[in-house]
Amino acid sequence: MEISLTVNGAQHRLRLDDPRVTLLDALRQHLGLTGTKKGCDHGQCGACTVMLDGRRMNACLSLAVMHDGDAITTIEGIGTAEALAPMQAAFIRHDGFQCGYCTPGQIVSATAMLDELRQGWPSQMSADLTAPQFTDDEIRERMSGNLCRCSCYPNIVDAIRDAAEAPA
Amino acid sequence: MRPFTYTRAATPAEAIGSAARIIAGGTNLLDLMKHQVETPDRLCDVNHVGLDRVERDGDGLRIGALVRNSDLAADDAVRTDWPLLSRAILAGASGQIRNRATTGGNLMQRTRCYYFYDIDAPCNKREPGSGCAAIGGRTRLHAILGASDQCIATYPGDMAVALSALDATVEVEGPEGRREIAATAFHRLPGTTPERDTELRPGEMILSVRLPAPLGGRQIYRKVRDRRSYAFALVSVAAAVGMKDGRMETVRLAFGSVAAKPWRAIEAEAMLAGQAPSADLFDRAADVVLAGAQGYGDNDFKIPLLRRTMRAVLAEATQETM
Ligand SMILES: Cc1cc2nc3c(=O)[nH]c(=O)nc-3n(C[C@H](O)[C@H](O)[C@H](O)COP(=O)(O)OP(=O)(O)OC[C@H]3O[C@@H](n4cnc5c(N)ncnc54)[C@H](O)[C@@H]3O)c2cc1C
Ligand code: SF4
Ligand code: FES
Ligand code: FES
Repeated sequence: MEISLTVNGAQHRLRLDDPRVTLLDALRQHLGLTGTKKGCDHGQCGACTVMLDGRRMNACLSLAVMHDGDAITTIEGIGTAEALAPMQAAFIRHDGFQCGYCTPGQIVSATAMLDELRQGWPSQMSADLTAPQFTDDEIRERMSGNLCRCSCYPNIVDAIRDAAEAPA
Repeated sequence: MRPFTYTRAATPAEAIGSAARIIAGGTNLLDLMKHQVETPDRLCDVNHVGLDRVERDGDGLRIGALVRNSDLAADDAVRTDWPLLSRAILAGASGQIRNRATTGGNLMQRTRCYYFYDIDAPCNKREPGSGCAAIGGRTRLHAILGASDQCIATYPGDMAVALSALDATVEVEGPEGRREIAATAFHRLPGTTPERDTELRPGEMILSVRLPAPLGGRQIYRKVRDRRSYAFALVSVAAAVGMKDGRMETVRLAFGSVAAKPWRAIEAEAMLAGQAPSADLFDRAADVVLAGAQGYGDNDFKIPLLRRTMRAVLAEATQETM
């Protein structure tokens, strides 16, 4: 079967020999975009976070065939070594990693998460569901789907707060 | 994963009555397929059939089966008039998962019993007649209410606990037509057929969830678990309490992760309604909820935990006038 996938703005036609291929494996193994990581492969760690039409999701719990015709953004589409996105620069500035394995997922997730906050989406930390505030507790709660085995959480929160406050 | 064929449905009619297994967000089904707990040979992708809107329905709402958990929790009407539902959804899973998880799939999510996931263990839910490894095994997540000697698993979800308290109904359609099932009757107790989690019949598809008119009052969803976020409940309480002249006028109470279904506490509600709130009354109402409760070792703690959580939630819900 053949599917069409737009990844980071570029259109690809992908031949899949089996519908079992996950979106994560399609990105890494078929398209060679290895920035997106496989941690648990079961939706529990967030290392595989990508965006579908700007919304974050776990690429390991979705089949590539389910995304025929979709537009995906991976960490490679967020910024490059030469032109870092503000979130990437903030992670470096605040030392928001140690081994770096969770980092692409953290950055994609944080980027989409700030967008959710801008749109006023509530979280379980929002005292008023109709007016969520931008607090460290909100950042922690909204990033709970991204685990870091090196436990760089304090610096990750600092980086995200900084990136959110930086002029876009 | 075992091999399967894949088709994409363009309309609900293409999925209804089909022998293929429905896949929506995929966040539960694919996880179980990777563990080979679920081994469907055909998948029908319903992500493109529509049913993805939240619409006014008289004084209530009709929520399409494909509405994503994030969209439902952030829906303006839901946030304002059915906050219990927003709260319950936001207490579950992660931002990434809620962006994919659908209303229908969330209702249909399966138990998190460790032995159900372990295909080498006996499990009547996964393999009828094989036995139950949880009875006499590790039971930290398991039921204290409504279990049977065949299965002591819990329904692990949050959203359905709120739907149960809010008297929602689930609209389904099969080859024999459409019908509505009360959210309180949608999930089943195990009895002698633990392999059937819900009243949904083969070939039926969930089309929508309908909410009746808003209840008002204070609405609280309290979820107790091993960490504050991204973990399933050990015990959860959904409560909606309306006060009038210092008395509880309307009371709705449902509990999560204590039985194979969201546990609506109708008797306790009746006992509380019309009364002035007091710690003693809350305690007696908890006695009623826990009348048939039974622990299985590791999960004995859930009995006092349910009582304390219920008391705390009722105290908070009735606070201003106490
Ligand atoms: C790491 C992790 C943590 C989680 N934590 C929580 C939590 O704290 N609280 C919580 O409540 N949930 C939690 N979940 C579960 C999550 O909420 C469910 O996986 C999700 O809601 C399922 O929805 P889906 O659309 O992805 O379903 P799918 O995986 O696509 O389907 C699940 C089942 O529903 C059936 N189905 C789907 N749609 C329909 C329909 N319209 N009609 C009939 N049948 C249908 C499918 O056939 C399948 O059997 C967690 C999941 C993960 C992976
Ligand atoms: S409790 Fe139910 S799901 Fe768990 S092992 Fe026993 S039969 Fe299976
Ligand atoms: S690899 Fe997808 S969530 Fe862990
Ligand atoms: S930096 Fe090592 S896992 Fe996060």
